[in-house]
Amino acid sequence: MTHASLLRRITDFSSRADPYPLYEELRRTPVLHEEEGGPYVISSYYDILGLLHDPRISSDATNLIAPGADELSDPEATGLPPSFIRLDPPEHDRLRRIANGSFGPPHRPRRIDSMRGELRRIVTELIDGIGDARRIDLVDQFAYPFPVTVICRLLGVPREDEPRFRAWVDPIVAALDPESRDNPEAPVQRAAQEARVQLGMYLAGLVEQRTREPREDMLSDLVVSHGPDGSMSMMEVLSTAVLLLIAGHETTVNLITNGMLTLLRHPVHLERLREDPGVAANIVEELLRYEPPVQLVPQRTCITDIELRGVTIPKGSRIWLVLAAGNRDPERFKDPDRFDPDREDLQHLGFGSGIHSCFGAPLARVETQIALVELARRLDNPRLVEDPPPYRENAVLRGPRHLNLDIDGVRP
Amino acid sequence: MPAEEFHEWLRREGRIVVVGASLAGLRAAETLRAEGFAGSLTMIGDEPYQPYDRPPLSKAVLLGKASPDHTELPRRRDIDATWRLGVAATGLDLAAKRVRLADGDEVPYDRLLIATGVRARPWPKEEEAQLDGVFVLRTRDDAVRLHRRLKAAPRRVFVIGAGFTGSEIASACRDQGIAVSVAERADGPLVGALGGVIGAVAAELHRDNGVDLRTGVMVTGLEGDSVGRVRAAHLSDGSVVETDVVVVSLGATRNTDWLTGSGLGAGPRGIACDAGCRAFDFRGIVTDDVFVAGDVARSPHPLFGYQFLSLEHWGNAVAQAEVAAHNMISPSSDRRPHMWVPAFWSSQFGVNIKSIGVPSMGDEIMITQGSLAERRFVGVYGYQGRIIAAVSFDNTRWLEFYERQIEMGAPFPVEYPTVDRRPEGRKPVPADFPDPSLPTHGPTVTLSGYSPSDRRLVFTPARH
Amino acid sequence: MPMRLVVDLNKCQGYAQCAFLAPDVFTMHGEETLVYSPWADEEQREKVARAVAACPVQAITADGLDGAGDRSTGAAQGASDAR
Repeated sequence: MTHASLLRRITDFSSRADPYPLYEELRRTPVLHEEEGGPYVISSYYDILGLLHDPRISSDATNLIAPGADELSDPEATGLPPSFIRLDPPEHDRLRRIANGSFGPPHRPRRIDSMRGELRRIVTELIDGIGDARRIDLVDQFAYPFPVTVICRLLGVPREDEPRFRAWVDPIVAALDPESRDNPEAPVQRAAQEARVQLGMYLAGLVEQRTREPREDMLSDLVVSHGPDGSMSMMEVLSTAVLLLIAGHETTVNLITNGMLTLLRHPVHLERLREDPGVAANIVEELLRYEPPVQLVPQRTCITDIELRGVTIPKGSRIWLVLAAGNRDPERFKDPDRFDPDREDLQHLGFGSGIHSCFGAPLARVETQIALVELARRLDNPRLVEDPPPYRENAVLRGPRHLNLDIDGVRP
Repeated sequence: MPAEEFHEWLRREGRIVVVGASLAGLRAAETLRAEGFAGSLTMIGDEPYQPYDRPPLSKAVLLGKASPDHTELPRRRDIDATWRLGVAATGLDLAAKRVRLADGDEVPYDRLLIATGVRARPWPKEEEAQLDGVFVLRTRDDAVRLHRRLKAAPRRVFVIGAGFTGSEIASACRDQGIAVSVAERADGPLVGALGGVIGAVAAELHRDNGVDLRTGVMVTGLEGDSVGRVRAAHLSDGSVVETDVVVVSLGATRNTDWLTGSGLGAGPRGIACDAGCRAFDFRGIVTDDVFVAGDVARSPHPLFGYQFLSLEHWGNAVAQAEVAAHNMISPSSDRRPHMWVPAFWSSQFGVNIKSIGVPSMGDEIMITQGSLAERRFVGVYGYQGRIIAAVSFDNTRWLEFYERQIEMGAPFPVEYPTVDRRPEGRKPVPADFPDPSLPTHGPTVTLSGYSPSDRRLVFTPARH
Repeated sequence: MPMRLVVDLNKCQGYAQCAFLAPDVFTMHGEETLVYSPWADEEQREKVARAVAACPVQAITADGLDGAGDRSTGAAQGASDAR
């Protein structure tokens, strides 16, 4: 019964620093189903890619029959309807199109591109803020405040409210961790429901303000949107705003931190980036393969029995797609455990794929490119204080809790 | 020389000639070099231009997003070739292994790749086709001429034929605010390629975007004024449409005329080749030194009962060129079959239309996701109890699932539930293709039976 | 010298990353339809390079990108080989 413990070992906190050997073990059983009512865990690249494009797979929690349903998406429990990440077409498509109307092409093609200067200013300020310190925590001093500031500006949430919403975001994110999901009665789940209500109410105040006085931000656009798809209801605006606020920084903080950690473990590439910022784009793509900020998608189910590799997955089962395992699948990537930004053939699963592929991907890309370029350029002789660093609890949104670096100073 | 030695010699110092300097020819040349071919490479093209991309000519160029002079294809690598551009190939001597050129030159080869593609079918009445203001759209020169005329604010553009190209032209005109009429012999646009169910959606798309769409009519004549400019089109229903630009969009003709009498199995439907891209001669015997790729090829496909398929598809040109190039310089044991699943795209009126498989082979269609009325859907085509093709309107991310279903020969009708299945998608309906014995334009996939010789001009696919 | 570029629109699934990252070269026409300029100015080089790298289906081929172009086509080929 070695399998019986594999999933537990993966979600167990002690595996957080290096889950990759366990993923390798996982891929040996491409459709892992350890216990009655437990999830079907998919870990091979092509299987994951296939299911991400499979119209028999649903993201809607109401299609779950298996226990362990997601309380967070239950409107009864939280008072908010599910956001588009937890919906299927046509509702998913409608809400995402409206949200996209305030974010990207075709309606707002330059919103992200035009933020580059502003992003660089925020990065510069944060690095300037290090001052004469010789030891820094990259997470607290940079990788967290940077994307938080950006998403606040983009959405139109006051930056100074961060301590308030932080208190609600933390329990919501904690509840995404499969360890806590297994027990819907757990205090973690109830705390998350309560937090989602609170966060929704907080955002409702801002939304109400924007309805009266629209500004140049996404909240305003979400409120006033009247495209061919009509507009979002107030509750839809709120659940979308909750999603964007959380997803807009909780993943990027990990991407940036994982990025710096990986570059410090591969100093050749740090040096290259310092000399040629042009390599940043390829470095970020390889990071998304090598250390994806979202390790697995635990929120899918099938609306009919499906067969995969000879295994029948019954209708309503929980399906986990372990993106990070697929990203290291040797069937797809040559020498998958090597960090190689020059890799040809880089179609990673870091942002998922299909209709639910990461909404904020372009922003995360731009943020991480600018962050890593500037860190590489300005930090003088950065060194890891400890390797591995301490990690956050979460097995889904995996990343270091702190990344302490010794530096010889900050270059102008 | 033993086969192994021969191939070594061929790779080292053989002479390869590619006739056709467009997408397939270029990608083949790049593949040859990528795989280590070090001999001489000659690229022959009848147009005086470096290889350029054609799809933008009816899309980005007409939308004003690109210049018709600048759609040259990027290079994957340096191909170190001798270019003979602006000189058409006029003949082939299989025994002497020589290509004859329009300027009288002869180019010898050890291996020949034919990738001469297709040309636009002109307006059949020659005198009317000569009128000023009558265009076709296939080449860069065509695009320059049409683009110039569209920029001069014509009162009305009249498009003959609502296949993909005709529809894209109409779409671009509407985008620029130009009045446009479209005449189509069938009951709707795209009917030859996607059937009447989808054609009805396309018709609505045209009309909602302000196109004066006239279906079920033929154009009986084009009328010129005293100085030879087109001024009106006459239709079979007796109506007359005044126009100063006519775009003839009646599909394509394969460029095989130059092979007449060569002994190759070449005809109006293309050049027959085996799954390894080797050309057949007219006796049905496969050659081993002449290869074919791209729109001009007809090759048997295992997914479609080994019928010969002719594909006017961008992706097919690339994939087949890569296989042909590989096989040209490889001994038989290393050769690969060309088994590309047909895939196609078109964009018109802001809608992304994609298809996979061979829709025109389908006799029924089922809307498995989305809705026709919303113009966002996936439709699946069935033939003899299996899935043979799929089409999507603004739903492309699901198509790779259906591609695998086609590859697996999955059963049709689709019994399993899918997300976003609407009541209209519960049952298959007739796909409503026109009678295949009637000529249509722009099906983009043509099935042409089992014989490498191309004697039957009209092929009727088996129906149960 | 301007860059030539081509997008394999069979592969393209409308993720629009290129249209976010290099909006002067790549634009969305409707929800899913990519319209691009096959000929981009030198000043767009950096942005096009980022778009090439970010394309989730590695559908963009551009030349004159100092290796990035090679990389994109290699990726395309590798992908089909790997299937």
